[in-house]
Amino acid sequence: MADLQDIQVIDRGVDENIAKLTPERIERTINRVLTQESAARLEVYMQTCVHCGLCAESCQSYVSRNGDPDYAPVAKVKDTLWEMVKRKGKVDGEFLHNAARIAFIDCGACRRCSMYCPFGIDISYLIMTVRRIFNLLGVVPQYLQDTTNSHAVTFNQMWVQQDDWIDTLMWQEEDAQAELAGTRIPLDKIGAEIMYSVIGPEPKILAQLIANMAIIFKVAGADWTMPSGDGWDNSNMAMYSGDFETMGRVERLHWERAMQLKVKRVVMGECGHAYRGAVYDGPRWLGWTKPPIPMVHAVEYYYDLLKSGRLKIARKIEEPVTVQDPCNIVRGRGLHDKLRYVVNAICEDFRDMDPRYEHNYCCQAGGGLINCGPPWKLSRMKSNKVKAEQIAETGAHTVITPCHNCHSGIEDIIGHYKLGCHVSFISEMLVKTIEMPEA
Amino acid sequence: MYEFVRGPLVWIAFVGFFGGLAYQFITMARLAKKDRVVFPTFNAKYGLRSLLHWVIPFAGVNMRMRPVFTLLSYAFHFCVLVTPLFLMGHAVLWQESWGIRWWSLPDGVADTMSLVVIFACIFFIIRRLVRPEVRNVSYPSDFLIALLVMAPFVTGYAAHQQWLPYKPMIIIHGFSGALWLLAIPWTRLVHMLWFAFTRAYMGSEFGAVRHSRDW
Repeated sequence: MADLQDIQVIDRGVDENIAKLTPERIERTINRVLTQESAARLEVYMQTCVHCGLCAESCQSYVSRNGDPDYAPVAKVKDTLWEMVKRKGKVDGEFLHNAARIAFIDCGACRRCSMYCPFGIDISYLIMTVRRIFNLLGVVPQYLQDTTNSHAVTFNQMWVQQDDWIDTLMWQEEDAQAELAGTRIPLDKIGAEIMYSVIGPEPKILAQLIANMAIIFKVAGADWTMPSGDGWDNSNMAMYSGDFETMGRVERLHWERAMQLKVKRVVMGECGHAYRGAVYDGPRWLGWTKPPIPMVHAVEYYYDLLKSGRLKIARKIEEPVTVQDPCNIVRGRGLHDKLRYVVNAICEDFRDMDPRYEHNYCCQAGGGLINCGPPWKLSRMKSNKVKAEQIAETGAHTVITPCHNCHSGIEDIIGHYKLGCHVSFISEMLVKTIEMPEA
Repeated sequence: MYEFVRGPLVWIAFVGFFGGLAYQFITMARLAKKDRVVFPTFNAKYGLRSLLHWVIPFAGVNMRMRPVFTLLSYAFHFCVLVTPLFLMGHAVLWQESWGIRWWSLPDGVADTMSLVVIFACIFFIIRRLVRPEVRNVSYPSDFLIALLVMAPFVTGYAAHQQWLPYKPMIIIHGFSGALWLLAIPWTRLVHMLWFAFTRAYMGSEFGAVRHSRDW
């Protein structure tokens, strides 16, 4: 039985919009997605699943909620997609209320379950198909839809206007110069080797991360630039709200900006879903097999700098640390070993989580979950007790989270379960530990 | 009736089975073209790497988490495929009808393998009833499918042991076997066909596209 408190949550974006739907529209929309927008994968996955339940224990929400069968990945598909198919799209408002919660809140699209299904069924793809249906019905959690609206209007996630963006970069440049003289944030430098892109929340609420990166680039002697105009934001919540048209527009502009700047590669900040959007989901929607130029995640970039000696560690952090494996750069890029190389280079006392690497549990914040906002926070916390236990077992004082969603999600978990530790991005640790050149 | 089971029914079952699989395969190949990501993603090396990890017992984390289920599941799948193909009684029929001679299992071994299938099916049914996460997603069809798979083995075994009059038993066995074969392309038993493809696709996604492992 799904959590009663969760069932009772009223989200205006979901419930007020369900009330406006007609049975005809629901049926038409569901059948359109099932027959016109989906093909072989949906069909084969529907035929192949033998209802064995072997995926259950792969999901942090199932484990955290003491084996409540409604939180097994297969149950989430049963209570959404299977029923839609079985009833040929003839479903009612109550069904949709429940299904929206399951698709948007109970699944972080982290794909851990695909590694436990004997057939390798992409359960997260099935849930994303449900989200697509909801998007076309105009039924999306209000906070998540707001970020999608922001993407559609401003091409960034946080309604940041261009003057604010440039102003923030100039402010961060000054801050960085206070730490390391001569640090610059070069704007629109055509032909630079690297375009650095960040997610919308960085200029909005975590601006110091941009200064950190400027310092790192300066120390490493990198030839880099940032765009002054739209396309600077690599994040993409439209990908998770099911608005694939907006997702495509955002990704296209991001890559177009990089091409206009004639850079050789894009280095991106510490975010997971942005990597997924820029490298996989965006290009696929646009009909490309891969991005036009390489995308390098911050973890990979730090690894290269440390390994090649362009960054040197002057003093290691002594307190015990652990690391979260973000789904989109570990299960989605295999960066787990490089991540550990970086962490070990910076920290004396690294204590790994168990399970780890591709098998580490999801943060229950990515996949658009944390963007669904305050109405759903308690549900997220209940769904990730296992992460709290995992962190507590390491005895670490700091959880390193090279992904914004993991960062915010784990910060919430630490607060909720009173774990008494804190979270940190790698860049925050790097600026404290690297050898700075003499001014 | 025995002649029908021995002759036309076998043809109907085989033509239906292979025809059904071929139809499913062709339909899906067409749908795979429409699903734009499928063909560009497939990668032989990583597809095979994933398949290998999922056909070798205990090569995947999930298999190691539940050793009893893994052993039983492997034993079941091995026996359910091998027993009908290499049973002495069937081999005789192959030879009589089409002159095909091949290796066959000693009687005692075949009996044991049939019992493994029957026992495993009972286990799967009980597991469906007992485990909440499985019961929650079980439909009547899931139980019917398990019974359908079990039926030819139960009737074949019973006929061989001659617990009941041989001829009627063999007729029932023939029908249940035919029904089983005919059902494979159109029920969840079609995982027999799709297993290799879904696995190889996920292996390609994880290996070639995402540089990670899926076991």
